[in-house]
Amino acid sequence: MGNISNLPIPFLVLSFITILCALYVVTSKNPVHSVLALILTFFSISAHYILLNAQFLAIVNLMVYAGAIMVLFLFVLMLLNLSKDSEPVKSNLWGVAAAISAGLLLLIITASFQKTGIAIMQGNAPEIGLVKNLGRVLMTEYLVPFELSGILFIAAMVGAVLLGKRDGATVQEIMDLNNETNNA
Amino acid sequence: MNSIGLILGLPLAGFLINGIFGKNLPKSIVGWLGTFTVLASFVIALGVFNDLRHSAIPSEGFHLKLFTFLNIESFNVDFSFTLDRLSIMMTLIITGIGSLIHLYSIAYMHEDEGFYKFFAYLNLFIFNMLMLVLGANFLMLFFGWEGVGLCSYLLIGFWYKNAEYGKAARKAFIMNRIGDLGLLMGLFLIFHQYQSLDYNVVLPKMSNGSTSQSMLTAISMCLFVGAMGKSAQIPLYTWLPDAMAGPTPVSALIHAATMVTAGVYLVVRCEALFYLSPITNNVIMWVGLATSILAALIGLKQNDIKKVLAYSTVSQLGLMFVALGCGAYTAAMFHLATHAFFKALLFLGSGSVIHAMHHEQDIRQMGGLKSKMPITYITFLIGTLAITGFPFLSGFFSKDEILIAAFEHNKIVYVLAVISATITGLYMFRMFFVTFHGKYRNHHHSFDKVHESPWQMSLPLMLLAVLSVLGGLLNLPSYLGNNVSMKLSHWLAPILPMAESHAEMIHNTEFMLIGLVVLLFVLVVLYTRNKYVSKNAVPEEDALTPSTGKVLANKFYIDELYEMVFVKPLEMLSSLVDNFIDSKLIGGLISGISKILVFISGLNKKIQNGNIEYYLTFMVLALALFLGFNLFF
Amino acid sequence: MLNIFQNIEISHYIYLSCVLFCIGLFGVLFRRNAIILLMCIELMLNAVNLLFAAFSEYMGDKDANGQMFVFFIMVVAAAEAAVGLAILVMVYRNTRKTDVSFLDSLKD
Repeated sequence: MGNISNLPIPFLVLSFITILCALYVVTSKNPVHSVLALILTFFSISAHYILLNAQFLAIVNLMVYAGAIMVLFLFVLMLLNLSKDSEPVKSNLWGVAAAISAGLLLLIITASFQKTGIAIMQGNAPEIGLVKNLGRVLMTEYLVPFELSGILFIAAMVGAVLLGKRDGATVQEIMDLNNETNNA
Repeated sequence: MNSIGLILGLPLAGFLINGIFGKNLPKSIVGWLGTFTVLASFVIALGVFNDLRHSAIPSEGFHLKLFTFLNIESFNVDFSFTLDRLSIMMTLIITGIGSLIHLYSIAYMHEDEGFYKFFAYLNLFIFNMLMLVLGANFLMLFFGWEGVGLCSYLLIGFWYKNAEYGKAARKAFIMNRIGDLGLLMGLFLIFHQYQSLDYNVVLPKMSNGSTSQSMLTAISMCLFVGAMGKSAQIPLYTWLPDAMAGPTPVSALIHAATMVTAGVYLVVRCEALFYLSPITNNVIMWVGLATSILAALIGLKQNDIKKVLAYSTVSQLGLMFVALGCGAYTAAMFHLATHAFFKALLFLGSGSVIHAMHHEQDIRQMGGLKSKMPITYITFLIGTLAITGFPFLSGFFSKDEILIAAFEHNKIVYVLAVISATITGLYMFRMFFVTFHGKYRNHHHSFDKVHESPWQMSLPLMLLAVLSVLGGLLNLPSYLGNNVSMKLSHWLAPILPMAESHAEMIHNTEFMLIGLVVLLFVLVVLYTRNKYVSKNAVPEEDALTPSTGKVLANKFYIDELYEMVFVKPLEMLSSLVDNFIDSKLIGGLISGISKILVFISGLNKKIQNGNIEYYLTFMVLALALFLGFNLFF
Repeated sequence: MLNIFQNIEISHYIYLSCVLFCIGLFGVLFRRNAIILLMCIELMLNAVNLLFAAFSEYMGDKDANGQMFVFFIMVVAAAEAAVGLAILVMVYRNTRKTDVSFLDSLKD
């Protein structure tokens, strides 16, 4: 493992931001804050992608994750009208248990790296992340998964729409439901 | 020898056929088959008897070895039988009287629905009794011993629907068992000492002086305890009167003529042993004497026909043991034979009376039966005269032999035995006169309905009466001439190697003693005739008995004593064990195991609580542990 | 510009990715709100994406397989997020709560 002081400042700063935002995601009481922090995390991860010569992935990450999925989450949050008050409270014991479990896993994975020893590799090949290269690989080696992912999307769409449908609800019921939610 | 196989096998075959197929066979076939097998055994036994008479070696008999039963290291026991002079005598008695009783039962048990079972059990009993007397070693004797105990239980409780009869059967079996324990101890001691159980190995070794006196006494005492149980001596006699709950043929066969004599047979067979144990002989004599007098006293106040005869049996058995205790083995066997004749006769006669009176057994409800049942009356009279010692009948000779032997041994014993004989006369004639003479007293059963029994019942009565009269010919006393007398004594002498202490008595003394007994007999007859016939006295009702009479009538309260001392503590102990050890301890242990399991599973149930974070946490922990384990070990 | 990044080794990216993954894991175990739960799952997926991209860069032979994998992971994550949220809305409609600890009818 290389000396941490040799690392360039951008990498350190980016890593720091990533980890900080991820921590805020998991510990925030307000779900909206969590969502926003997660968006920030995605941004910093995109920056890491750029550092890794994966430019296409960086943009796609931003577009798909931060742009679409997070917005979807935000929509649902708004729909369910969740706020800081309705957040369920968890006992501290659970937090300790969860922290121990996750920390244990981290510890073991890290220790395993120590044991096995990682070859020191250097980065190279600046053009593998460009669209042209990725597109060529996608359409030649990964054509079948590409097509299958289309089917996957259709299935997901159909599923999501079906699941989201109310069972033959009338207008009256919808209005009652709205009133109920407002009064509760 | 094939005859032995046939003698044993025929009753066994009868038992199997009647037992398995009897329900579907008609009653006449069942009855006659049962009778025929025993009769055939008797005829074959007669043939063997003839062979033995002309046998070259008198002390040897015929042997039959079926197979080796046990062969463990030093313990060798064969399933073998021997038919020598002693056992042929017993065999003739068993099969002869047995076949007569089978014939009798055809008529007596005719209306009973368990008819085939009865004959099956009777045949099984004959088989077991034969195995007892024909066995060539102590183990065969023990098999037969247990077998007759079992048959006794089955037959006493034959009318099983009555709970009282079942209790009587259990009482007989348990008391027998107590005796059997003594017998088993004796067998263990014999094996320990001699490493064998065969008669012709053990008995000679006993008499060659190599065993210690204490060991011989111990063995003989243990064997006598066994004889006590089977032959109803004090203290194990209370089962015999209760055993009258069984049908009358059963009482006649088992509890008069055969099974109860097994104890006497055992002592005579082991004569070598008992001859060398004077202590045991004394014990036997006094126990027999006490039993004889006690039973005779109780019999004075009994009002049930069969109970009187039961106590009479106990008393006569006591007399036989007195003879054994005095060393007069031939006299004991002689009395065994004559007692079998007249006691079976008396029981069958009483059965005839009971049958005619429609199962009424109380003598106070009878009376004046002699006009309606002449054959029964005459045969019963002969039997009564025989048992009380009317001159020149069989009982007279056999009882006198015993009394003379007692006189030579110990004068006090003689006096007490004479007293016992006198009381015997008293209660027998009391019963006879009250039953057959006087006025008919029964109110429930019309006098006209009383009738003589069918020929299947009367014929055995007549045959037994003849035997009771002529039975004395077996062993006439020496003063009647040397040619005709002492037949039995000479017959059994080769089997009984120890010289019997039979000092020749001066004939004058003998005549005086005989005269004394005859005089007492005449006095008894006159007294009872006066009281019960001339004065028409009838035994009083139970409530009016005076206090001395009450003690006798209640059998000296010995049954109640046993109940208090033995039965109740045992019941308390068993209920204690049941409540605490069985229910709480062992039951608690078993249910405790199940409770523990339920508790553990209840704990385990909490893991599956449907909580997602719970599951996930455990998943992560498990994953971490797996990885760690894999990587570092 | 890229030569200032010559000192970054793959071990750094591996550690970063692991930390992110475990933070996401902690969030999944700790949070009860179903929506936050799903978001933490997305975080975990992203950590894995980062690792794949790092390996794609640091292996020799101009290997683009890692980035392809990231591509497909994103596809699946998107589909899963959509369906997951639909289910969540359905659950909310029936129970008026987003608390996952109330979904315990599978216990005995």
